Amino acid sequence: MEDVTNAIETHGLVKRFGKTTALAGVDLTARTGSVLGLLGPNGAGKTTAVRILATLLRPDAGSAAVCGHDVVRDAHRVRQLTGLTGQYASVDEGLSGTNNLIMIGRLLGVGRRAARARAAELLGRFELTDAAGRPAKTYSGGMRRRLDLAASLVGRPRVLYLDEPTTGLDPHSRNEVWAMIRGLVADGTTVLLTTQYLEEADQLAHDIAVIDRGSVIATGTPDELKASAGRQVLEVTPASRADLAATAELLERLIGTAPAVAVESGEVSVQVEGGKALREILRALDDQSIELAEFALRRASLDEVFLALTGHRPEAEAQPSAGRARAAGNVPERSPR
Amino acid sequence: MTSPVSAPVLSRRPSPVAAVANSFTLAWRSVLKIKTNPEDLFGLLLQPIMYLILFTYVFGGAISGGTHRYLQFSLPGILVLSVVFATMGTGMMLSQDIATGVFDRFRALPIVRWAPLAGAILGDLVRYVISIGITLGFGVVLGFRFQTSAAAVTAGCLLLVAFSFAMCWMSALLGVIVKSAQGVQLYGFLFMFPLVFGSNILTASNTMPGWLQAFVKVNPVTYLTDAERALLTGGPAATAVERSLLWAAGIFVVFAPLAVAAYRRRTA
Repeated sequence: MEDVTNAIETHGLVKRFGKTTALAGVDLTARTGSVLGLLGPNGAGKTTAVRILATLLRPDAGSAAVCGHDVVRDAHRVRQLTGLTGQYASVDEGLSGTNNLIMIGRLLGVGRRAARARAAELLGRFELTDAAGRPAKTYSGGMRRRLDLAASLVGRPRVLYLDEPTTGLDPHSRNEVWAMIRGLVADGTTVLLTTQYLEEADQLAHDIAVIDRGSVIATGTPDELKASAGRQVLEVTPASRADLAATAELLERLIGTAPAVAVESGEVSVQVEGGKALREILRALDDQSIELAEFALRRASLDEVFLALTGHRPEAEAQPSAGRARAAGNVPERSPR
Repeated sequence: MTSPVSAPVLSRRPSPVAAVANSFTLAWRSVLKIKTNPEDLFGLLLQPIMYLILFTYVFGGAISGGTHRYLQFSLPGILVLSVVFATMGTGMMLSQDIATGVFDRFRALPIVRWAPLAGAILGDLVRYVISIGITLGFGVVLGFRFQTSAAAVTAGCLLLVAFSFAMCWMSALLGVIVKSAQGVQLYGFLFMFPLVFGSNILTASNTMPGWLQAFVKVNPVTYLTDAERALLTGGPAATAVERSLLWAAGIFVVFAPLAVAAYRRRTA
């Protein structure tokens, strides 16, 4: 098993709950030592996939292997290699941070003293030393998530599943969790990260699988996905609002698709293929004496890629902190349209 | 940080020794929770005291014409009542663990699947022992006197633990089936109130209507109370002890497999 190159491999994974098909034949591959981002909206099947890989659910069809070990036939071995943090695995709120970690160490067969030392080490690393003796129910959301992460690391897993590790966290806590994930990956841990935050996948993942309604609809690196179909977005902001309609008309005539007009910001934007039409557009704008405040070409955001792939936006209500994150300036600016 | 260990030695399946050790670790966890959860601790400590004071002084004069005489009669019954109610804790804890995802964490670990269940039940045996100790101790403070040998009293305590061990599988079944801890409490009390109070724990059954007497006569709580009275205050104990043990065995044989099956289904 040492020469297995992929830490995670699934083939044709199917899972049904009654009449609902949660997974409709999912193939996933995570290279050893990389971060695979599983990106999709609520109910896409991300958690189901993680639960199968964590041996909590049996697939109805297909196969899944972790470091070459089948998750059904060899579940006990898989459990020795993996750690799970997420929406559904949790810490014991009635126990202190220290005792939560000692308990897991003891369950993993670590001696009393070594379990205590490991707990102290992890609590220190996750900046929980001050709260180590307090029951976990007194922790803030960010602290609990960090304890949860620490709990999944007690056994030094080679493969770590992070099921929406930052959902509901404020931007500061989220950045901390991101930094910790980067640290783990630097140490050689393979990470399967599910998220509905596009920027999270963009920031952390080496490879992304976009999943929607139980199927993988696209795979690739973040850059590949963003460059897929050669999509780029041209943004034109005329200096005067009076020229907005004329600008939109001109772009539609030259590019052939109706641009989006953001009246409040006075911006006209449209997807273009490559940059060859730009000179023509600039000349035409000049001919009509439209003065420009801004003229920019940028790559499509993952948001737009997701929209193009799935036909719908990732559910906005499921991103409670996204608005605040943007307001705080922690997230690269996007232009929603 | 230390790097992930390269090429760990993986075992094919959990060893029996590890399984027992895991169960004890999880039992340690539930005992620790009693200590760190003030409500739980107070409930465990104060409930028997409350029952003793209330029942002895409210009913004592009316039923036995004196609190001291009544205490000699009622203490074994209150002992049974406290312990039987304490078995609800097992189900509530299981239900809570499943709802909060703590169980998923356990199941994702390389431990045997039944360890969390065994741990919860082992840990609860400690609760029963505490409950028995408080009831006996405070009973003595109020004036209860043992009228038998130390061996008989010890046997009485062991019988209580054995019976509650059987009962807690019913509680465990409820905990695995019912979605919330509050639900477990509700159904548990709906079931346990008639079982506990439809017995001879607080009064002799001869003033009750015939249909109720019929129920009291077959109620396992009645046998257990008879056995405890005999073991603590004297009288023939053999039949009652035997019947109590038979009931405990019966409850265990029926409900332990049901609880385990429901647990397996819930955690499959």
